[in-house]
Amino acid sequence: MSQSKFGDYGGQYVPEALMPAIEELTDAYERYVLENEDGFMDEFRERLRDFGGRPTPLQRADQLSERYDREVYLKREDLVHGGAHKLNNALGQVLLARYMGKERIIAETGAGQHGTATAMAAAHLDVPCEVYMGRRDINRQRPNVFRMRINGAEVNPVDIGRGTLKEAISETMRDWATTVETTHYVIGSVVGPAPFPAMVRDFQSVISEEARRQCEEKFGDLPGAVLACAGGGSNTMGAFANFLDDEEVDLYAVEAGGSSLEVDEEEGIAPHSASLSTGDEGVLHGARTKLLQDSHGQIMESHSVSSGLDYSGVGPELAYLVDEGRVTPVNVDDDAALEAFHRLSQDEGIIPALETAHAFGFLEKVAGPDADGGVELPGTVVVNVSGRGDKDLESVIEETDQRQLDNAPTMEVFDG
Amino acid sequence: MSGEDDQRESSENASGAERPASLEDAFDEPAFVPYLAAGDPDFESSLEYVEALARGGADVIELGLPFSEPIAEGPTIQQAVVRSLEGGMTPERFFEFVEALDVDVPLVCMTYYNLIYQFGEDGDPPVRPFVERAAEVGIEGFVVPDLPAEEADLLREACDEHGLDLVFIVAPTTTGERLDRIMSQVTGYVYVQARLGVTGARSDVSDQTTESLARLEAYDVPKAVGFGISSGEQAADVVAAGADGVIVGSALVDVVADGHEEGRPVEETADRLESLARELKEGALAGAQRRPRPEGT
Ligand SMILES: Cc1ncc(COP(=O)(O)O)c(C=O)c1O
Repeated sequence: MSQSKFGDYGGQYVPEALMPAIEELTDAYERYVLENEDGFMDEFRERLRDFGGRPTPLQRADQLSERYDREVYLKREDLVHGGAHKLNNALGQVLLARYMGKERIIAETGAGQHGTATAMAAAHLDVPCEVYMGRRDINRQRPNVFRMRINGAEVNPVDIGRGTLKEAISETMRDWATTVETTHYVIGSVVGPAPFPAMVRDFQSVISEEARRQCEEKFGDLPGAVLACAGGGSNTMGAFANFLDDEEVDLYAVEAGGSSLEVDEEEGIAPHSASLSTGDEGVLHGARTKLLQDSHGQIMESHSVSSGLDYSGVGPELAYLVDEGRVTPVNVDDDAALEAFHRLSQDEGIIPALETAHAFGFLEKVAGPDADGGVELPGTVVVNVSGRGDKDLESVIEETDQRQLDNAPTMEVFDG
Repeated sequence: MSGEDDQRESSENASGAERPASLEDAFDEPAFVPYLAAGDPDFESSLEYVEALARGGADVIELGLPFSEPIAEGPTIQQAVVRSLEGGMTPERFFEFVEALDVDVPLVCMTYYNLIYQFGEDGDPPVRPFVERAAEVGIEGFVVPDLPAEEADLLREACDEHGLDLVFIVAPTTTGERLDRIMSQVTGYVYVQARLGVTGARSDVSDQTTESLARLEAYDVPKAVGFGISSGEQAADVVAAGADGVIVGSALVDVVADGHEEGRPVEETADRLESLARELKEGALAGAQRRPRPEGT
């Protein structure tokens, strides 16, 4: 499945200094991941099981099934060690770095989940690790900053631009350009230059591999639809990968609609992160893909209430699948995501990551009591619960406080 | 490059300055190749600064067209990019900037691929409108740090069509097959990255430079070394080690930044740039004196 292009998307648009490392990585990916050389994949799967806690359950959501009058199943990636699907990829890449003989790991993080997963994997496999994180995200995701530090990783704040994932990725690439001979860059999603998008997809595809088998076991059939939130698109690609050939399974990538889909071109800011739904083709961070950019080609800052979706680009394969009509891009706004956050917490006893809450916001939007009728969901739906929301509690309290949500508890009590 | 020579005749810009047509000719003697971000910190001052570099002895000028995600740049040039963008720089303004410049030195546009790709109206083919417009204003070539040889076909074709050069970067990590692949595509000069990392002034000359120059010896294209050079002495060292020219960015951008932050008059900053340029050019020339004479010449 090694691939550097998905239609016209993908490629390797990076400084020359990195190209030899990317060739070396491509070679390692093909040998160890695709051909299981030296038993790499066996070791990866064993560690995913013993350290990572896989397989994760496919759980029927009883209250949501009733509310939406269809079978709603949850793929519980929130139960992976560290609290998100991100560990699947981080563990795979840190292990690969070890097989490649690299001495040092660097990573970027938005929500802090990828940074946390990488820090954990690096501690587990005994490799030094540094993580770049935008200043704004550090403030939004403090628990994860502490977790990274506690696991022994350095967290390097990035003050450039708006201080979110886009800037953190650029800064990590700069570090990599300096240290490429000894360092592996564990990129956090299905983005960046080839082979990252394909490799990260392969590491994440364990999600749909399990989900497919679990669907057969639980109800003897494939689901009618799979829903997953899309930032860079790693949990989306992971959840879709093993269903791509099953044309009867609808695939929905749910993006962050932010506060609005309107764009302030003067300010260079998109108040959303819906690059699949609204972006134009361009080149960012090593790949040709769909991007939020102004008419001159300058990359726009994005916005989402959830830092893990707050990115101006998206994985090239996802962009390709959208153009092919295989994946449907949709989006829900900040308010709907927060409301869904509270609903899942109250109805199912699962506190989801704000990223994940977007997928549930979409479910409510198209199948809830006030459904807008735009999308007819099939009778069985799998929602990928990409992560748990502990990391988001501070943001949720603050954001909930600022708006009128019908289903939220009062947050005043927390103000002391 | 046969067949395109007629398109490569010297171009005349709006202010009437004649620019020599060939980048390669600029390396007949050890060349000084400065970089500044166009429009840093504003359009008018920036024109003065670039012209000061020409007066100081620049043989080729690399003009940066700022991109919002300059992944190959260190903090100094990142800040220049921010200043220029905040001052309203756009690709079209950049071309106006080039038209307004009064220099008789060949100009190379240094930018990132997305800006080249996006230029033009909706529905235009990618890359071509940008190259066409660049040729129109008298740009001689491009350096695109996020466009490796593998992805460069579109731009290569458009450059060939308009007789523009495409300069590639060779890094310390570039060896073997990759080196051949790049060197078969380079025209004008090859940008030899002096060390791993991002742009930024440093105080020593790295062993990586010497090694890279040795690897490139067999290729018959001018070799300009950049990344980290900030003084005449370093320029001399690099040329003595076999370079045909030196590329200097951050050290010059520092002068612009300093003038901006200290609120210095534009003329004063321009004078400083001119004298640093002169030092660097003289350094490059002095380096040639120290070079061991190649046999047979
Ligand atoms: C829990 C969770 N879900 C989703 C995402 C979005 O990333 P991706 O689209 O790569 O899965 C993140 C990113 O940090 C995350 O932490």
